[in-house]
Amino acid sequence: MIYVVYLIVYGFLLTAVVGLVASWIDRKVTARVQYRVGPPILQPLIDIVKLLGKETLVPKGASKTAFLLAPLVGLGGVILVSTLLWLNNINTSNTFIGDLIVAVYLLTIPSISIIMGGFASANPLASIGASREMKLVLGYELPFVLAVFVPVIHSGFSIRLGDIIAFQAVNGAIVGSWSGALALIVVIMCVQAKLALVPFDVPEAETELAGGALIEYSGSGLAVYKLMKNMLLFTLPFFVMILFMGGFRLKGIQLLYSVLRYVGLVALITVIRNTNPRVRIDQAVRFFWGPMTIIAIVAVILAFKGL
Amino acid sequence: MAKTIVPIGPYHPLQEEPEFFTLTVEGETVIDIDVKVGYNHRGIEKLSESKTFDQATFLVERICGICSTSHPYAHTRAVEDVISVEVPERAKFIRTIIAEGERIHSHLLWLGLAGHFLGYNTVYMWAWKLREEILDVMEILSGNRNNYAMFKPGGVRRDIKAEDIPVCLKKIDSIVPTLIMLKKAVIDDPVLHARTKGVGILSKEDAINYSALGPTSRASGVARDLRKDCPYGAYDKMQWDMIVTKNGDVFDKAVVRILETFESIKIVKYCLQNLPGGDIDLNLKSIPAGEGIGHIEAPRGETFHYVKTDGTNRPVRHKVRAPTFMNLPTYKATVVGQTISDATIILAAIDPCYCCTERMAVRNTKGKMLYNGEDLVRLSQEKTEKIRRKLGKKA
Repeated sequence: MIYVVYLIVYGFLLTAVVGLVASWIDRKVTARVQYRVGPPILQPLIDIVKLLGKETLVPKGASKTAFLLAPLVGLGGVILVSTLLWLNNINTSNTFIGDLIVAVYLLTIPSISIIMGGFASANPLASIGASREMKLVLGYELPFVLAVFVPVIHSGFSIRLGDIIAFQAVNGAIVGSWSGALALIVVIMCVQAKLALVPFDVPEAETELAGGALIEYSGSGLAVYKLMKNMLLFTLPFFVMILFMGGFRLKGIQLLYSVLRYVGLVALITVIRNTNPRVRIDQAVRFFWGPMTIIAIVAVILAFKGL
Repeated sequence: MAKTIVPIGPYHPLQEEPEFFTLTVEGETVIDIDVKVGYNHRGIEKLSESKTFDQATFLVERICGICSTSHPYAHTRAVEDVISVEVPERAKFIRTIIAEGERIHSHLLWLGLAGHFLGYNTVYMWAWKLREEILDVMEILSGNRNNYAMFKPGGVRRDIKAEDIPVCLKKIDSIVPTLIMLKKAVIDDPVLHARTKGVGILSKEDAINYSALGPTSRASGVARDLRKDCPYGAYDKMQWDMIVTKNGDVFDKAVVRILETFESIKIVKYCLQNLPGGDIDLNLKSIPAGEGIGHIEAPRGETFHYVKTDGTNRPVRHKVRAPTFMNLPTYKATVVGQTISDATIILAAIDPCYCCTERMAVRNTKGKMLYNGEDLVRLSQEKTEKIRRKLGKKA
């Protein structure tokens, strides 16, 4: 029963609220950078509520079940992984062997749901978007997993999130080491791609594919996707914080530091997306398999040497 | 690999006008492109035949919202060519100021849109913010942010007040530092290089063979600019540089436009500072029978107008050719062989203006023309008649 509470309160509600606020920060900062005013704080929520009230259209020739199920699969994946992260963050003994691997797997579910929805919608632009998303996943997963090895090595080859947090509570954040800093750079780039933000927004590329995989979605389907993306804007930086910055501490002055770190990560993502044009899909894959993988391997080697 | 058709248009977030590109793709590579325009055909040339020369100047101003001065400029020059007159010196300077102001705002608009197409929305917003200052200057000078209504055959409609000049100069100077920063941000950005260098190359031979015009040709190394080649207005009164680059890719087209903006600022400032005195209008009373052509260098290339008159106050024939009409076919040389993601920016790189290019002819596949102008008029009348009868029955 306690887990259901965790699932609803932490996994869904808290993550959604923080995600929506983060998405507002992202939009507001972007607007200020671009000489615009920006939306009011409730705008991300208003967008989703409004979409929920709109008609949901299923295109002719689309696979109805897959088309309507895809957003829910993605949302489910995000809720599960958030619950898992919160469980470990609140009490480090709430961990089980291999939950890091589960988290890494679950974090790809949103991408897979987008691929599923794109191919199910029987639209050429959506198919291209979905195939691009697939290539992007193939691109960033390799350096992402390599970079995730670094905290594993540091914390004495533990694949439990709780152990990694506990290790950092004693020995200081992993980002303080050389290998941790390098791995963090790689992970932030991968997060950018996982969030499908510029420069890696190739699957959606509004001006090329008119929304790509999401082109046929409307009404509640689109609302669920938007909510999923907003929640990812919390979950992914949260995952990064657990691995490299000792988690989201909730006691005393540490809470303030944690919030600052989180806002810093979101701001960094926002800055990256506002100071770069979109890359091509082949350039994106080359970027992840080339420089990013090399940096990640270097980080892993440094971690082995204890640096 | 299977061929897929990727449609861009008729309504697509890529471009703000209705036009239809059919990209035949294999995987992500474009192997053929077909362009269809004519969704907004308004019959300007025909309309112009029912308007006086003064009215037609306003009409052609509405062909395009962005190059709204190049069409009146070319049209008034065509009418003046019929009687072979030169407009007063002051009118020439004012015309040059308006035309160059338009070039600045048009190039900034393109730069912003190009940024948007590449997903670089910060450049988009910044360029358009700078453009606002120029639009303010235009409003001070002409009373309008766009569609300036400054031109008339024989001169200009509105004089520039002496007290406005320092205000305008100050406003123009105020955008230069930001513009230099924007130029650096665009020209030195490594990711932009990766996206635009070597993409959509239009070779010099192709540029000549397709008769590309304006910045599109100058980026390919064809040093052709009407302002230098057959000077009109006040362009021969001052020192300015024609920007020519060699590579012909998207990056070079952007560079040409950005650097031209600086040249235009130079020209506008010179004209405002050295505005000669005198009349602004010849007060033409009648246009004799004859033919005249007027061509000017619009922001996108050469705009060409032909006017045939018969001694009345209306033209017998008015022909318009906008630069995009010549630049559009270069897509065959630039888009084919590129990926879809590059195709979008290549399509945008010629700074297309489809409303200037609107033409219409319906053909069947065997190449026989199905309708000509008269048929369309007849069809339209028949339809109106049908609707009228239907309404009559109801009533």
